[in-house]
Amino acid sequence: MSAVGISQSPKPQASRLVALLVLAAIAALVAATPFLPNYHIRVVNSLLIYILLGIGLNIVIGYTGLLDLGFVAFYAVGAYTYALLASPQLDLHLPFLLIVGIAAVLGMITGILLGIPVLKLRGDYLAIVTLGFGEIIRIVVNNVDWLTGGPKGIARLDKASVLGVEIARPVEIYWLLLVTVFLVGLFVWRLERSILGKAWAAIREDQDAARGIGINTTNAKLAAFATSATIGAIAGTIFAASQRFVSPESFTLQESVLIVLMIVIGGIGNILGIVAGAAILILLPEMLREFAEWRILFLGILMVVLIIVRPAGIVPRSFGPEKLIRGLFGK
Amino acid sequence: MLGTLIQQTVNALTIGSIYALIALGYTMVYGVLRMINFAHGEMFMLGAYAAFLALTLFVGEIGAIGALGLTIAFFGAVVAVGFFGVGIERLAYKPLRNSTRLAPMLSSLGVSLTLVTGIQILAGPQPVAFPSFFPTTRYDFMGGTVTSVQIGILIAAFVLMFALYTLVNRSRMGIIVRAVSESRPTAQLLGINVNLAISAVFFAGPLLGAAGGILYASYYGIMSPSMGAVIGLKAFTAAILGGIGSIPGAMLGAYILAFVEVGGTALLPLITNGVLGTEYRDVLSFVILILVLLVKPAGILGEPVSEESMVYKREF
Repeated sequence: MSAVGISQSPKPQASRLVALLVLAAIAALVAATPFLPNYHIRVVNSLLIYILLGIGLNIVIGYTGLLDLGFVAFYAVGAYTYALLASPQLDLHLPFLLIVGIAAVLGMITGILLGIPVLKLRGDYLAIVTLGFGEIIRIVVNNVDWLTGGPKGIARLDKASVLGVEIARPVEIYWLLLVTVFLVGLFVWRLERSILGKAWAAIREDQDAARGIGINTTNAKLAAFATSATIGAIAGTIFAASQRFVSPESFTLQESVLIVLMIVIGGIGNILGIVAGAAILILLPEMLREFAEWRILFLGILMVVLIIVRPAGIVPRSFGPEKLIRGLFGK
Repeated sequence: MLGTLIQQTVNALTIGSIYALIALGYTMVYGVLRMINFAHGEMFMLGAYAAFLALTLFVGEIGAIGALGLTIAFFGAVVAVGFFGVGIERLAYKPLRNSTRLAPMLSSLGVSLTLVTGIQILAGPQPVAFPSFFPTTRYDFMGGTVTSVQIGILIAAFVLMFALYTLVNRSRMGIIVRAVSESRPTAQLLGINVNLAISAVFFAGPLLGAAGGILYASYYGIMSPSMGAVIGLKAFTAAILGGIGSIPGAMLGAYILAFVEVGGTALLPLITNGVLGTEYRDVLSFVILILVLLVKPAGILGEPVSEESMVYKREF
């Protein structure tokens, strides 16, 4: 899809220049972040977590064309897995990487269990079921005080450490997140171009035709949902490890909607679009703190307008990672 | 014991009537457009705010709220929200009628976000006390207490639902809406004005939802910008339970959901010995939703349609 877009592009030189500029800007930001004050690094970290969440949710929304409004539930599953397995709460102190693995599996299982009744029957109900599920997880976490600490949450989580290196300061979290985002992004990008990714695109474009050419649409949808849930859970563990505190407040419906907004505004189905969307949604409020309410109003209107006027979002779909790579190495 | 039973039955009927009014909007919109309208819960919220605005205006003019003032405020508010619904459909959903199924849902999500934040900015994010639309009197009835507010809600909801049912089944407009709901392409081929039918649905749905919002707010005496979210989810569950697209189904589903919820909330702490308390009330309706999807996805009164036949092809 994107490859065709490039070869047909009227001005290959100009688009190559844009690709190089974008690459240079990203490289400069990545390199400069560690030298920023801690507060700014924290903002960048939250940006990276949202990019990770966006990449995960985009599999369901952008690639497969289903709406998931309870994505934050999987995020919560990951965060609480870390909080329970690496804190004085249950007096368990497992290593970070092991917990990431456990959380990923738990996220996948939750995704499959939730996906089976919905995706098997009526895919269009997914939005409402996930919306309900997100609220349920929050209510349960809020009320099972003996396990999750209820509204107070769980504090004093262990510092994460990877291969003996402690990861606690914002800069260290930054590197951890950067590597994770890169690996997950690469994995998902490859997945999109795999046969499974093409099945997802087929389902998105025309479900009947997809079924007609022999795609098991239920299984393909389940795979998308489970992969997305897994990524959500991984993002949750890193979030918990970086905050070293979790509470139900971080997992509200508004958070789910924010991630959907991010994808729609940046560009549905495009990893670079998610980076742009996350940057707009996370950095904008940092700059315009006094207009907090107006910002959400503006974003809501922007969402409606973009879907009608420019459904692909602000970053065109042809402007994917391929373009950046080609821009770097020539044709 | 009998008193408690009667009390709980009246409670369930009251809340069920409100669910039914909202569920009707979901089911009708799904019937003609096959879309889940996430902004519908906000019509419920807008209804309460519009009525509040109308009431404060009348208080300012007349000094006291008479029966006439109340009636005008109620109908003025619901009709206003009805027209608002038509306007939103024109602006935010109509341009997307031939795009993917995801697009109108995302658009309605944007509308919902805009409306909630808009009201938050205009009226403040905190809950506001809502004046009761009916003078509150308590009646003792065989050991149970029934308030005049509950009776008023029941009467208002029954009248509205009966009016809708008659309109859909007896009027020409009703035939048009039902035809479009059956099959939009066929209705279009037969020369039916599809836009008119869709506008009618987007007038009636928000109107009933707004009425539900006013009744809900006067029942609990409070309204807030975010009141539409959870109620919307429950009303949607009711619509699925009854069979989405079916108007009697939405009403039936709403009452069943309300009875399960009221009964379940009363019994849950007893059955589980206090482990699961009343705070799990919202969980209950979600469990019902999952069970319906597993056991009978078409709902009680819905026709068993496969997912494929619900998909509209894009026009090329």
